[in-house]
Amino acid sequence: MRHIISILLENESGALSRVAGLFSARGYNIESLTVAPTEDSTLSRMTIVTAGSAEIIEQIIKQLNKLVDVVKLQELTDGAHIERELMLAKVKAKGEAREEIKRLVDIFRGRIIDVTDSTYTLELTGTVGKLDAFVKALEVTEIIEVVRSGVTGIARGVRALSL
Amino acid sequence: MNRIGSTIRSRVLIQPRGAKKLELTGAEIVVKCLQDEGIEYIFGYPGGAALHIYDALYRQDAVKHILVRHEQGASHAADGFARATGKPGVVLVTSGPGITNAVTGIATAYMDSIPMVIISAQVPTHLIGDDAFQEVDAVGITRPCVKHNFLVKDVNDLAMTMKKAFFVAASGRPGPVLVDLPKDVTAQTAEYIYPRTVAMRSYAPVSRGHPKQIRKAVDMLMRADRPIIYTGGGVVLAEGQDALRDLVRMLHYPCTSTLMGLGAYPHDDPLFLGMLGMHGTYEANMAMHDCDVMLAVGARFDDRVTGELAKFSPYAKIVHIDVDPASIGKNVKVEIPIVGDARSVLEDFAKEVKSRHAEPDTDRTKAWWDQIEKWRAQDSLAYDRTSKIIKPQYVVEKLHEVTQGDAFVTSDVGQHQMFAAQFYGFGKPRRWINSGGLGTMGFGLPSAMGVQLAFPDDLVCCITGEASIMMCIQELSTCKQYDLPIKIINLNNRYMGMVRQWQEFFYDRRYSHSYMDALPDFVALAESFGHSGMRIEKPGDVEGALQEAFAMKDRLVFMDFITDQSENVYPMIAAGKGHNEMHLNPGSGEPIQERELA
Repeated sequence: MRHIISILLENESGALSRVAGLFSARGYNIESLTVAPTEDSTLSRMTIVTAGSAEIIEQIIKQLNKLVDVVKLQELTDGAHIERELMLAKVKAKGEAREEIKRLVDIFRGRIIDVTDSTYTLELTGTVGKLDAFVKALEVTEIIEVVRSGVTGIARGVRALSL
Repeated sequence: MNRIGSTIRSRVLIQPRGAKKLELTGAEIVVKCLQDEGIEYIFGYPGGAALHIYDALYRQDAVKHILVRHEQGASHAADGFARATGKPGVVLVTSGPGITNAVTGIATAYMDSIPMVIISAQVPTHLIGDDAFQEVDAVGITRPCVKHNFLVKDVNDLAMTMKKAFFVAASGRPGPVLVDLPKDVTAQTAEYIYPRTVAMRSYAPVSRGHPKQIRKAVDMLMRADRPIIYTGGGVVLAEGQDALRDLVRMLHYPCTSTLMGLGAYPHDDPLFLGMLGMHGTYEANMAMHDCDVMLAVGARFDDRVTGELAKFSPYAKIVHIDVDPASIGKNVKVEIPIVGDARSVLEDFAKEVKSRHAEPDTDRTKAWWDQIEKWRAQDSLAYDRTSKIIKPQYVVEKLHEVTQGDAFVTSDVGQHQMFAAQFYGFGKPRRWINSGGLGTMGFGLPSAMGVQLAFPDDLVCCITGEASIMMCIQELSTCKQYDLPIKIINLNNRYMGMVRQWQEFFYDRRYSHSYMDALPDFVALAESFGHSGMRIEKPGDVEGALQEAFAMKDRLVFMDFITDQSENVYPMIAAGKGHNEMHLNPGSGEPIQERELA
C-alpha cells in the first residue's frame, strides 16, 4: 500500500539525514522525499511517499516520531488530500513535432517555458499518474531529460499539519 | 599515584572573570556545565582538538577525569557507571580516532538504553569538511547508535545544548547523546548561564500510562488461567522493582525476566521462574509458550528472547508496557499497548488490582502452577557437580555463596555471560552489568571500573573469559592508576566458548578460529600491571581462592580459573525454534512431552 507521510521537522543541519538514515537502516521503502523550509523559518516540511503493510507503516510513523528533530507528523493518506508533483522535461522539437508537442502540452495543461530552434523545455504539475501519462505521451518525440520533484501534499478541508 | 579524591590543585570551581557577568570560554563552559549537572566522574582521553577542554579540566577539581587507555574503555566505563547508579555516564574524547574508538561503547549503551553524554572534540569549524588532520564526521558516524546528537557551531548555544544533551539522555527511554564540539568554539567566549530547565517542542516523553488501558489490562490479567509476567531492562531503568514485586505477589503469578532485567525481581522468590530466552530455564520458556495472558513490562521481544516469532506464545493475549511506543507492536502483535514509565504503570496496576479487593484466585491458577512445578522439577540448569575439572557454573555458584549474592557483577560476552546470568542469582537491580543488546566482548573490565568508582567500598566482580578479557586488557593499567580493587574472574577454557558451542552443534565440530594458540600467562600479566594474580585448577580450590582474593580489599586480583573446555550452555533454543523446543543438558532428564492446549 502506498502512503504519504507529511512531517514538520526542525530546520537544522542533519535533520534530513536522520530521516533518510532511519529509512535505510531499517529497510523501509522511500518512493520519493521532498523537503523545504516553511513560512516559519525554524521548521522544514517534508513529504515522504512510502509503501508497506499496515504494521510497517505504523512502525515507520512511530520511529519517525521518536526522532528528536521530528516535531509533528501526519499520514496524509489517512484522509482526503491533494497531492502534486512538478515535472520539467527537455525534449527534441523539430519540424512537425513542434506543433504536436504544443498540442500535447495544452491537453495536459502544461507550459512551454524555454525554447531553442531544436528543443522545448516543458513544465507540468499534477498527480504522479498524470505526469506518468504525459511522459508516455511524449513518445511522439525524443526526451532529452526529465526531472521530477517528488510528491508534495496537503490535507483537504480543515485538517492541517501545523503547530 | 594519582588517587581519586586527593586534592591536587586548590582552585576548586571555575570562577568568573568579569565582575558581574560570567564570561567563559567554550571549554570552561563545558566543564562548568558538568559541574552544574553534578557530574563527579568523566572518562576520557586527550588529543589535539580536545586540548582547550583538558586545560579547563586542569584548572578545577570538582569534575574528576579518569584517564583510560583506549577510548572504548572510556565509553564502557561511563556505561558501567550509569548502569550501576542510574545517572548519566560522561565521556570526553578527541576528534577522529578518539570518537571512532568510542563508538563501540556508544552503540553498546544505545542497544541497552543506557543514559550517557559523550563530548567529542572536533576540528575547528573552518576546517570541517576539508579532510583535516584527525577529522571525522562524528555526528554522521554516531547517528545510527545515539538517541540524539548535536554539532555546536556557536559558543552561545553551548550551555543550552549541554542541558538538552543531559535531558534527552536521561529521560523517556534513556540513551547516549553526543555533543560534537569544534576546537575554535571551545576557545571563543560567551556569557555563561546554565538553564535550570529545558523544554523541547519536538521531544516530550510520556510517563503515565493511560488509565483506561490499565483498567482493561487488569481485567484481562485477572481473568487469566495461565498468566505470566515477563519483565525486562525497562523495569531496572525505571526503578520499578518495588512496584513489580508488589504486583507479582498480589496476583501470585509467575514472573520471568530477560537477561537485562535480572535483579529487578528477587531470584530466590518461588514466584520467579528464572531467565527466559535462548538460554533461559525450562520452566520460564515453557510457561511463556503455554501462557494465555502475558504481561510484558519494559521488555522488547528481542529475537534472543522470542525464538522463532511464528512459534512464539501461540495462545497468549499480550499486554505490553513500554516507555517507547516504537517498541510496542514492533516484533509481536499486542492486544493492549500501554505507553508509560514501567514504575509508574506498575504502581497504577497494583492500585487497580487492590481497588478490586480481590484476593489472588489461587484456585484458578492452581493447575497452571502445578504444571510449572513439573517443569521446574526438570532442573534444567543441572550440571555435573562431581567433575574433577572446574565447571564454570560451579565457579559462579561459589561466587554467589562467598559474596552472599550481594556483589556487583559485570561480564563480557559469551558462555561465561550466560553462566553468570543463570547461576549468580541477583537479588537487587543494577547489580548485573552486561552488554545484552549489542553483545560487546571487552565490556566487562572497563564497565567494572565505572561501577567501582561509583561504589568504592563495594565488591565489584568482572566475570569474563580469556578471549573477551583480551579485548580491553589495557584497562588493567587504568585500574592501577586509580587503585580500583576489581576482582576479575576469568573462566578460562582456552576457547571462544560460545562460538565453539555453535560450531559443535551446527558446524559438525569444525572449530574454525574459535581458539587462540598463544594465550598470555594471566598471573604474570596481572602482576606486570602491578596487580595480583592467581591460577586455580582444581574444583576444591575455588572457594578458598575466592575468599583469599576478596580478602585483598585494596587491590585488583586476577583469578584465572582453568575450566572445562567441553562445557556447553544449556538449555538452548536454536535458531528457528520455539520456546517449547529447547536443547536440554544431555545429563538432565528427558524433556516433558508437548501438550495440546485449548
